[in-house]
Amino acid sequence: MDTMRERFISVTSRLLDEDPRLALVLAEITMDGFRPAQRRHPDRVINVGIREQLLIGVGGGLALTGLRPVVHTFASFLVERPFEQVKLDFGHQDTGGVLVSSSASYDWPAGGYTHMAPGDVALLDTLDGWTVHVPGHPDEAEALLRHAYAAGDDRVYVRLSQMSNAAPRPGADGLRFQTVREGRAGVVLAVGPMLDGVLAATEGLDVTVLYAATVRPFDEAGLRAAVARASADVVLVEPYLAGTSAAAAGQALLDVPHRVLPLGVGRAELRRFGTIEEHTAAHGLDAGSLRQRITAFLG
Amino acid sequence: MTHATAEPGFRYEDLGRLMALMTGDEKHGPAATSTLDVLWVLYDRVLRVDPASADEPGRDRFLLSKGHGPMAYYAVLAAKGFLPVDWLPGFGTFDSPLGHHPDRVLIPGVEIASGSLGHGLPLAVGSALGLRAQGLHEPAVWVLIGDAELDEGSNHEAIAYAGSAGLEALHTVVVDNDSATHGWRGGIASRFEAAGWSTATVDGRDHAALHAAFTTPHPGRPHAVVARVEKKF
Repeated sequence: MDTMRERFISVTSRLLDEDPRLALVLAEITMDGFRPAQRRHPDRVINVGIREQLLIGVGGGLALTGLRPVVHTFASFLVERPFEQVKLDFGHQDTGGVLVSSSASYDWPAGGYTHMAPGDVALLDTLDGWTVHVPGHPDEAEALLRHAYAAGDDRVYVRLSQMSNAAPRPGADGLRFQTVREGRAGVVLAVGPMLDGVLAATEGLDVTVLYAATVRPFDEAGLRAAVARASADVVLVEPYLAGTSAAAAGQALLDVPHRVLPLGVGRAELRRFGTIEEHTAAHGLDAGSLRQRITAFLG
Repeated sequence: MTHATAEPGFRYEDLGRLMALMTGDEKHGPAATSTLDVLWVLYDRVLRVDPASADEPGRDRFLLSKGHGPMAYYAVLAAKGFLPVDWLPGFGTFDSPLGHHPDRVLIPGVEIASGSLGHGLPLAVGSALGLRAQGLHEPAVWVLIGDAELDEGSNHEAIAYAGSAGLEALHTVVVDNDSATHGWRGGIASRFEAAGWSTATVDGRDHAALHAAFTTPHPGRPHAVVARVEKKF
């Protein structure tokens, strides 16, 4: 199975052939994979060099002329470094585009903190109108990328990761939360690649498990319906900064007495290298830690 | 937004009166008047855009990156019929489309919403690339920045890339009123030249010199015009 990033290359290269409105902007990262596409479309596959402010500004300029820009680099350089460009060169110009990141929260732990961006979704949450897709499998990534490219002038962020569930969830290309399992004692929302761990952690527990490959807009109706069938004890399990969706969940349950346990990547810098699995465990997101934290919360 | 306004037939001599209709942003007065002649020569004699063609794909684009002190810009847009003169006295008020920084969503003919420095040139690079990718080789893209705005690193990313890529459709006017704290040793034009741009440095009050600099051919290269005006203070 290819990775989400490899799927991004193949599906985007193909769609550049089919959709003359699509244009890709890169800042060296992933350039090698797009060389064949660049040879076919030299005017629509643009590499600006290691210049992330320009990367976003060029995407904004392409959108001003009516194209659908796809802008890609690692999450820390795409969202965090040029954040004011993201805010002003798309939203304030009233234009849209598709930001596609890779590297996610800790895809390259041996690379250290400079290449980690657990705060990207929380940062985008300070802006209006961004759809946020967090696919949990390369097949879902392909479906969501196609969806994003075709989404008119919407502003869309697609967060790709090395982490993946073993199998795609059918129908995960929509905006709705999916019910994977039903129970009575509480609702656990698993986002993207967290699903397999959550399913293992909740094995045999009487809880509802919801799955989200799209977190913004937050499916308020989906959460409310699940809470109505189970209980208003909600656990969020997100592959980025813990608590990122806590406000959205609180908004969804504004008139329902509820409790929320937000789980995700810790705020404190870990200052460790190693593997993805070791970082997942260190943040308490492996199946064993999740089970312990979820059962303690649900009592 | 569409707004039909007849060509009012204003002349350069009317711009002072139009600017006087706008009050409340006097702190940016020097910034506003520094751009007046550049803007007038561009809109009067160079840019292929008017209120009727303001939404046409083939129009020239003018991006005001130096969004602070936009009174001269608004005066020229009013003089050329993009916006009604009776909008000017409302400048900066809650019900006016005219802010102390311009907003493309609110003002006809305004290509970008600006104010934060260092955004216009990268957006102009993207606009030039986007037009080229759509086979639109006629439109020119112009962006106006200030000498202190040139301090922003994003501009240097754009200058280096545009020079290397040979973006012939791209034109930058740097209005140099000597407002950058540390200045530019060797002159502003040298930064562009080192990146492969065509350049000209002229008196920013001399309409004939500005016009000649604006219309200098620059095959295969982007073009930068440094328009020097009196010191800010």
